Amino acid sequence: MIEVGTALPAQQFPITRADLVRYAGASGDFNPIHWNDRVAREVGLPGVIAHGMYTMATAVRVVTDWAGDPGAVVEYGVRFTRPVPVPDPGSAVVEVTGSVRTVRDDGLVEVDLTATVGGQTVLAKARAVVRPPAG
Amino acid sequence: MPVDASLVGKVYPATRPYYVSREKIREFANAINDPNPAYRDVQAARALGHPDVVAPPTFPVVVTSEASERLFFDPAAGIDFSRVVHGEQKFVHHRPLVAGDTLLVDLTVESVRSVAGNEMVTSRADARTEAGEPVVTATMLIVVRGAEA
Repeated sequence: MIEVGTALPAQQFPITRADLVRYAGASGDFNPIHWNDRVAREVGLPGVIAHGMYTMATAVRVVTDWAGDPGAVVEYGVRFTRPVPVPDPGSAVVEVTGSVRTVRDDGLVEVDLTATVGGQTVLAKARAVVRPPAG
Repeated sequence: MPVDASLVGKVYPATRPYYVSREKIREFANAINDPNPAYRDVQAARALGHPDVVAPPTFPVVVTSEASERLFFDPAAGIDFSRVVHGEQKFVHHRPLVAGDTLLVDLTVESVRSVAGNEMVTSRADARTEAGEPVVTATMLIVVRGAEA
């Protein structure tokens, strides 16, 4: 039974520098703040940060894994509230939760997502509209 | 230099089609560490009702990036790309994007606002098939940070 407040299974996603290099290649976003500490610091960042779009892509896994069909996601939007520094060595861990905000008359559901790193919110207004799993 | 407010309403029309391939979807899915078989296995995608492997929800950023760059690097826009940060992003999927789609992207500048010394630029990228079927609309807010005092 899917109703307002139904929780989606929460997940944690580690992000490493190697992930960012691979995402840069796949997405075509080669901004050096995502792979070069010197450049990142020159523009006032603590060091290399994750692509916002990488964090966005990761967070919606909570929705697509729940729905089963990634094509069931009709809408997905976020606001980027805080950069995600990715240490070297090590990783940043994005913790994502989701809960049903609205069950619409057309059968689609609106899901609110939270995404935090070290307890700090990195995505706000993170919301997806999705066709829910059967049953 | 502030962003030119007369930019609002400007359209950067599609210049060439983007062909969505199975291999690009697989590469993108690998890059986001998402093992979902619907991104890689045609049979798995067909079992879900798709004609071919389906793209991850944020994959359209790959399709629209060329159009976005035409705005970022338009000398008439006055955007200092080194000061750009991504503020918001939204995708509206009119139908699932799948391998084999050939898409044309028109980009429209929706708003330019000045807030606390920063310039906020919202653009909308509409991706459609060559036959004119809308596939995805991507709305992006970028913030061009003002120079420090």
